[in-house]
Amino acid sequence: MIRAEHLTKRFGTFTAISDVSFAVERGEIVGFLGPNGAGKSTAMRILCGVFPPTSGRAVIAGYDVVTDSLRARRVVGYFPERVSLYLDMTVREYLRYVADMKGIAARERRAAVERALDGAAVAHVAHRLIGTLSKGYRQRVGIAQALLGEPRVLVLDEPTAGLDPEQVAEMRRLIRSLRGESTVILSTHILPEVEATCDRVIIINQGRMLAVDTPQNLNQRLRQTSQIYLEVIGPADQIVAQLHAVPGVLSVELSASPVDGVVALTVATQKDRDVRADLAACVAAAGYGLLELRPVALSLEAIFLSLVSAPEPSRPPVDHEVPRRLSA
Amino acid sequence: MKFLVVCRRELRSYFTSYIAYILLAVFLLLSGYFFYSDLIFFVLFGGYVLPTGLWQFVFLDMRLCLLLVLPLMTMRLFAEEKKLGTIELLWTYPVRDGEIVAGKFLACWLFFLVMLLLTAINPVIFYQFYQFDVGPLLAAYLGIFLLGTAFIACGLFVSSLTENQVVSAMATYGILVFFWFMTWNEEAASQSILQAMLRLSLFDRFYNFSRGVIDTRDVAFFVLFAMFFLFLTLQSLGVRKWRGVR
Repeated sequence: MIRAEHLTKRFGTFTAISDVSFAVERGEIVGFLGPNGAGKSTAMRILCGVFPPTSGRAVIAGYDVVTDSLRARRVVGYFPERVSLYLDMTVREYLRYVADMKGIAARERRAAVERALDGAAVAHVAHRLIGTLSKGYRQRVGIAQALLGEPRVLVLDEPTAGLDPEQVAEMRRLIRSLRGESTVILSTHILPEVEATCDRVIIINQGRMLAVDTPQNLNQRLRQTSQIYLEVIGPADQIVAQLHAVPGVLSVELSASPVDGVVALTVATQKDRDVRADLAACVAAAGYGLLELRPVALSLEAIFLSLVSAPEPSRPPVDHEVPRRLSA
Repeated sequence: MKFLVVCRRELRSYFTSYIAYILLAVFLLLSGYFFYSDLIFFVLFGGYVLPTGLWQFVFLDMRLCLLLVLPLMTMRLFAEEKKLGTIELLWTYPVRDGEIVAGKFLACWLFFLVMLLLTAINPVIFYQFYQFDVGPLLAAYLGIFLLGTAFIACGLFVSSLTENQVVSAMATYGILVFFWFMTWNEEAASQSILQAMLRLSLFDRFYNFSRGVIDTRDVAFFVLFAMFFLFLTLQSLGVRKWRGVR
């Protein structure tokens, strides 16, 4: 449904994306994962026809986004990172305008607008001026705008940015509900987001693709070791020694203690071995109090570091500097 | 036909933001006042030659009002969309850049036409008391219509360069006033340059119309002037293709 081949985009001397290639099958939900400024928006804007790539090409539903731009744009719904709407229009007026701009026939327009209103759950504010709506609702109107006309491809640039947790959950539900009907590309810099919604992830950093895989595989592949965090009441030295003796444990490190008398530890274990039950049993057998035990989720930062520092065999080593600080 | 969709939204926006009402009121009040004072002047000193005695002054004054009002009409056309960011979505709809330019131009142009038609109230009332030859008046209206069209095209172009509406209006004033005044210091320019400047000057091109003379060269000048700036607008929108969107 979407095919990008060696996309490169330069703005003057700045290279926003470099040699990005990927393919998305019909009905898939694919996530672009990367820190701010990684080139996610640039890649999405190329797909949506905002500007052409400097080199390489992209094809959507068989239409080249440069040479057949108008037809390609007809099958794409875009949700921009900066949701910008005409504040002086009501939601319904705005969607009517978008329907006309998308070239939806006059007799189908009413039904199409109503479906988009329902799809994005904004039907009850349809009569309100967009300028009076909250951020969350404006975001939804932005989604309604993208859904309008049921485009075969949806490109959503950070659809959950700036929403409160409840709205984020709702947005994810909405995106998941599109599975199978539309092909969706969404971008995010939040790791759990792709795990929650996407079939596949494209990791992109400093304009280059680092990996393409399912979230599960990626997690597996990235975890050379698994880490488990524990909080235990007891003598620190003995606890460390005893945990070290548990089979499968590679190292035990003391972390900063949250409260006096509580020992916080991070235990690194072998990759494919779940030792959580053994750890718990060990602590209990020694008579210490176990307050907390949980696997440490890999942060986006850790993912990038491991992808950048440990290139997989099939891929040439990435030759750029490791980002110093990434927002996770 | 997408340009009609763009045009309708622009017109709607003019009227919901009250810009239209305020500019219309100011323009009609000023041009009405000028008509009134020019008429008094004509009655006292005019020498009974209507085209040179009255119309010339009325339209030269109306031209001033247009210069004041039209850049304020055009300043928001692209600048506002750039500031809001709504322009990015516009690029992703199946619409050609040309249709967007055409729609925005048309909206402002229609508004300008209405504005101009409303000023016709003054000569219509005048006609009730004094049956004059309408030919020169229509020529002057054609001239002011062409002049306004040129102003709008220029303002549209400047608006596409910036996201700041004040900058947009001010730069439009700059360009238009320069094209207008550039022949005022005739003595300072050499003959050959002066000839070229006379041909480019909006002021001199409009002068004939205001006296009731239609010269096809003048008509062609204004049409070319407008088309040139519309072309530049289209080029300026294409800049995103290599410079990106903010």
